[in-house]
Amino acid sequence: MSNNDTILKVENLKTYFPTRIGIFKAVDGVSFELKRGKTLCVVGESGSGKSVTARSILQIVDRPGRIEDGLIELTRADGSVTDLAKLDPRGKDIRSVRGKEIAMIFQEPMSSLSPVHRIGTQIGEALRIHFGIRGQAQRARVLELLKQVEIPRPETAIDRYTFEFSGGMRQRVMIAMALACNPQVLIADEPTTALDVTTQAEILDLIKRLQQSHGMSVLFITHDMGVVAEIADEVIVMYRGKVMERGPVEQIFHAPQDDYTRRLIGSVVKLEKKAEVRLTRPEIPAEAAPLLDVKNLSLTFASGLKAVDDVSLIVRPGETLGIVGESGSGKTTMGRCLLRIYDPQAGAIAYRRPDGSTVDLRTADKGTLKEVRREVRMIFQDPVGSLSPRKTVGQIIAEPLKLAGVSGSELEHRVAELMRQVGLDPAWRERYPHAFSGGQRQRIGIARAIAVKPRLIIADEATSALDVSLRSQMLDLMMSLQDQLGLSYVFISHDMSVIRYMCDRVAVMYSGKIVETGETDQVVNNPQHDYTRALLSAIPHPDPRDRRIHKRFRYDPTLKPSGTVSANG
Amino acid sequence: MLRYIIKRLVFAIPTLFAVSIIAFIIIQLPPGDYLTTLLADWASQGGAVEAGTVAAMRERYGLDQPMYFQYYKWMWGILTQGDFGISFELGKPVTELIWNRLGFSLLLSLLTLCFVWAVAIPIGILSAVRQYSISDYGATFLAFFFLAVPDFLMALSAMYVMSAWFGQSVGGLFSPDYIDAGWSFGKLIDFAKHVWLPVIVIGLGSLAALVRIMRANLLDELSKPYVTTARAKGMSEFELLIRYPVRLALNPLISTLGWILPAVISGEIIVSVVMSLPTTGPLLLRALLAQDMYLAGSLILLISVLTIIGTLISDILLALTDPRIRFQ
Amino acid sequence: MTDITNLPPDTGPSLDLRNKDIAVAGQWRLFWLKFKKHKIALVSLVVIIFMYLVAAFADFIAPLDPNATNARFTYAPPQMLSLFHDGSFQPNVKQLKMTLNTESMRREFQPDPAKPIPVGFFVKAAQPYDLLGFIPMQTKLFGLTNPQIGDSLYIFGADRLGRDIFSRVVHGAKISLSIGLVGVFMSLILGVTIGGISGFFGGWLDLGIQRGIELLRSIPTIPLWMGLAAAIPVGWPPLRTYFIITLIVSLIGWTSLAREVRGKFLSLRSEDFVIAARLDGMSEIGIIFNHLVPSFMSHIIATLTLAIPSMILAETALSFLGIGLQPPIISWGVLLQEAQNIRAVAQAPWLLFTPAAAIVISVLSLNFLGDGLRDAADPYESVS
Repeated sequence: MSNNDTILKVENLKTYFPTRIGIFKAVDGVSFELKRGKTLCVVGESGSGKSVTARSILQIVDRPGRIEDGLIELTRADGSVTDLAKLDPRGKDIRSVRGKEIAMIFQEPMSSLSPVHRIGTQIGEALRIHFGIRGQAQRARVLELLKQVEIPRPETAIDRYTFEFSGGMRQRVMIAMALACNPQVLIADEPTTALDVTTQAEILDLIKRLQQSHGMSVLFITHDMGVVAEIADEVIVMYRGKVMERGPVEQIFHAPQDDYTRRLIGSVVKLEKKAEVRLTRPEIPAEAAPLLDVKNLSLTFASGLKAVDDVSLIVRPGETLGIVGESGSGKTTMGRCLLRIYDPQAGAIAYRRPDGSTVDLRTADKGTLKEVRREVRMIFQDPVGSLSPRKTVGQIIAEPLKLAGVSGSELEHRVAELMRQVGLDPAWRERYPHAFSGGQRQRIGIARAIAVKPRLIIADEATSALDVSLRSQMLDLMMSLQDQLGLSYVFISHDMSVIRYMCDRVAVMYSGKIVETGETDQVVNNPQHDYTRALLSAIPHPDPRDRRIHKRFRYDPTLKPSGTVSANG
Repeated sequence: MLRYIIKRLVFAIPTLFAVSIIAFIIIQLPPGDYLTTLLADWASQGGAVEAGTVAAMRERYGLDQPMYFQYYKWMWGILTQGDFGISFELGKPVTELIWNRLGFSLLLSLLTLCFVWAVAIPIGILSAVRQYSISDYGATFLAFFFLAVPDFLMALSAMYVMSAWFGQSVGGLFSPDYIDAGWSFGKLIDFAKHVWLPVIVIGLGSLAALVRIMRANLLDELSKPYVTTARAKGMSEFELLIRYPVRLALNPLISTLGWILPAVISGEIIVSVVMSLPTTGPLLLRALLAQDMYLAGSLILLISVLTIIGTLISDILLALTDPRIRFQ
Repeated sequence: MTDITNLPPDTGPSLDLRNKDIAVAGQWRLFWLKFKKHKIALVSLVVIIFMYLVAAFADFIAPLDPNATNARFTYAPPQMLSLFHDGSFQPNVKQLKMTLNTESMRREFQPDPAKPIPVGFFVKAAQPYDLLGFIPMQTKLFGLTNPQIGDSLYIFGADRLGRDIFSRVVHGAKISLSIGLVGVFMSLILGVTIGGISGFFGGWLDLGIQRGIELLRSIPTIPLWMGLAAAIPVGWPPLRTYFIITLIVSLIGWTSLAREVRGKFLSLRSEDFVIAARLDGMSEIGIIFNHLVPSFMSHIIATLTLAIPSMILAETALSFLGIGLQPPIISWGVLLQEAQNIRAVAQAPWLLFTPAAAIVISVLSLNFLGDGLRDAADPYESVS
């Protein structure tokens, strides 16, 4: 196998972290080969050791981790082969590889760049270290790099600081930095995870183009199967430090050999279509009186930011309304306005009570709000922050019940029943949240939300903190509760696949406004607004046979009314 | 940047005003006024006081006026003529008494600050980089120890050690020959020979605090992702350390100047009393004990103003070194 | 350590759960478990408890009346307590033989090994006293079993008036250590109230309070304290002076506490679990006592512990300068005032070093203890 096509060969790599509890085997016998000019994706859920694998190659694993065993053979430009695993991590030899032959980009472009140094300085540093290029020559090269990564107005950008850039631009700076010495290998450690999907598409495009023009090999670490399908030539699937499967991208997606891979692909593919339970449900009559009728809702923060701008929407009884949008679109703020966590300045939130009367929640008084908040509940995004660490699970679930006047043995009984309902063992009621995993904590949050028999639940990114394999489980639980309790949901998410799986109708938000509303199928298959089209076309599709983000549609709000430029490779 | 400096300067004005009020309140706190004390003194010595003299003095010091007017009069004198009032006890204008001593206080504090920073930063770096090593534990324990020893105790112990073990008497900033001499090279040498001990004694407490802060800051910074980025560029470990985490760890250290400075000045005052240095400390104590309130109030005011100016300078320094603050 | 600290949600909970009890361990239990790992802090806790016990039972522990003078034993040196005499168990000190050094015109003391003075435990004191102020007693922890003229028991030496330094330091602990506690209590009230108001209401009130705190912190403490303390009339009764001094000392201490409370209030107010409680229908008062206070209680305890030493140091400094507590009150600062004269110290170093050791040990232990408490204050931080 190993011929002169292989630029990096890793064999039986073991990277361990000694901890108080014992040795944590982050990477446990990983082998792979990276071919010249090709892209190898390392995919796995959190904790699979994919990131440590990448860092082991450059010997920049954080303390106390260290390489126990294995080979990391790099074929240098002159044809000689060096085993990087044998080099002293602080020594000169490994340093001459870092940044020069193998460069790396990271997940969080903000924290991965120094906030107090100008970006030009940070990019130029590698040139000084490896080639001794300084002064004007360095500046000229940095400008050229900034042009290559398509940063607008490089002449001024070069003297700016990281916090003056947006997330996507920061990642471009990182890439420029990595390209400085024309490396043979680029290691990209989840470079798009912190970015919005449209920005992600831009960055993936950029990496692809630069790879072709520079003839680089790319080792791409990600947890997103869609991204893998879009860019990979070969894939290794990792789970708990071990390689489960290794092969061409086509094989991984369409003929997976390993059980874990199959499950992983399965849970991704499952989210590519409508949930099965929803197919059998009767249709919600369009003329049914809406449960929630929001009209022209607006909220401007003290800073002058118009977070919610003239939003109108309705939620019908028994339906799930999805709110989709990228970060900064105002979707979370909007969701919080519905419960008056924030006070919107204009508009109306007409909520229909069980007795048929309607109240305007925007202007409702404290007493009414208190009552309505038992009927309209919330599920939070962060499964850690939304549960008080100082209360037992029993106390957390009992809190809304107690405040609603339930007490004594009835309270005990209700808590046990709620725990069973969300799939938790009632015997765990004395435990504290720290004893539960992320998925279990989210179930506790759901139990708290349904404790007082609500009618409408606002779920804010309820599954985004969870790994993909748990996501559909959580959504299925929410839908079965919907059937049992006759709930309606306002489901806020940035993830179109989750929306498609779960929601009857969807509203697309962009910079505080709702740009499009409609039946989910219709919006997904035939988007009307350009932003929706751009958003949908930027989503990586988990099928290597259908790569499409390079053909995507771009939305530029400054070019109105047609407002479009087509993506050109 | 200019806007930031102007903003800070404008913010400093109410602070200065408040400090002047506090100083004035301290002047007014003792029951009765100095004149009453003086009259009682004279009376006990059997001297008769003419009513006219008393009235004249009352008017002179504005003692018969309402409180706010006295304050106004005092401030007006300071702002327009640099007149801080009269030391009742010594019968001289306050200004005549304090400038020289204030100069030495300032000099001593500055020297101490330099010493503290120059020593604390390398020890803090060493302690953080070699976390959990013998030297880290040693530095940590010493830091805790020096934080637990009050300044004056340190001064007394130092004086005891110097006299009992080295047979040297310590005190003052100059040998007797040089006290009244003009500045010369010899005097400078003599000054250096005297000043090092007070500088160390005043500085040790703050030094210990700074070592702890530098260590904690640096440990924080060392685990940040940008350190890994720089390492992945191929930078040597030493250059990396100095250019990135140390550089960033210094920013919060600069902001500690805001409280290190008051601490050093406090320490300077009390140590000066113990070691009888020609600074504001002994003068302030004497003025307070004798209830010579204009002198005491002026000293407190000036010391506080110096501190506020120092804090202002540290704010501006911080903005210079940290673009995040500058761009806010 | 990305892959360890960010241990995935579903490969395991964030705390080490090999121990089954941890799953049902509440915040104080986790706090204790984390604190226990900090060995120095644990030792310091024992030392602190011991010192406060000494202060509480000062009358029982001090063998002599701290104000009893004895002209014969001016500047008498510390007497070694030996447990054996002539090979048998007999606690004793050696009698001091006084000679006059004609050269320096000083009295010099020599222990006379031939003349042991027997020392016993639980001996009867010359004067009855009230233990803790209400239990009448006449027994002392230790003392001379059969005091004769010319006998003495100065285990830490004597001062200018022949008073027993050990008894004085033990009695001084009452004032010096309690000033820390009372001062901290005053700071607690001031800090929690003002900080709570600032953090809870926010807006211009918060801004004003924050500016005020900044102002107070920018004034050097010693001159401020000196100015305020000097204004206390000399004629005031000791108890009133004591409280005023405590008040002055806590005038600065509360600011750090107020900042801490405010910061916690602000950060907790936007926490999801607090919002959840509000949506559950809990009142603001309910949220404060059910969620906010339990969340920063441990932090407050740590901050308070760290504030005690600065109060002790402040009292010591003021009394040392002669503008704090005045004799006949005995505090460590007052004791050190006697050591101001370096010539006296050169002749009798125990004047300086005995109270100094008491101060340093208590402050050091409190700092270590506070450090350990602060580290353990948030037991839910990731434990890697």
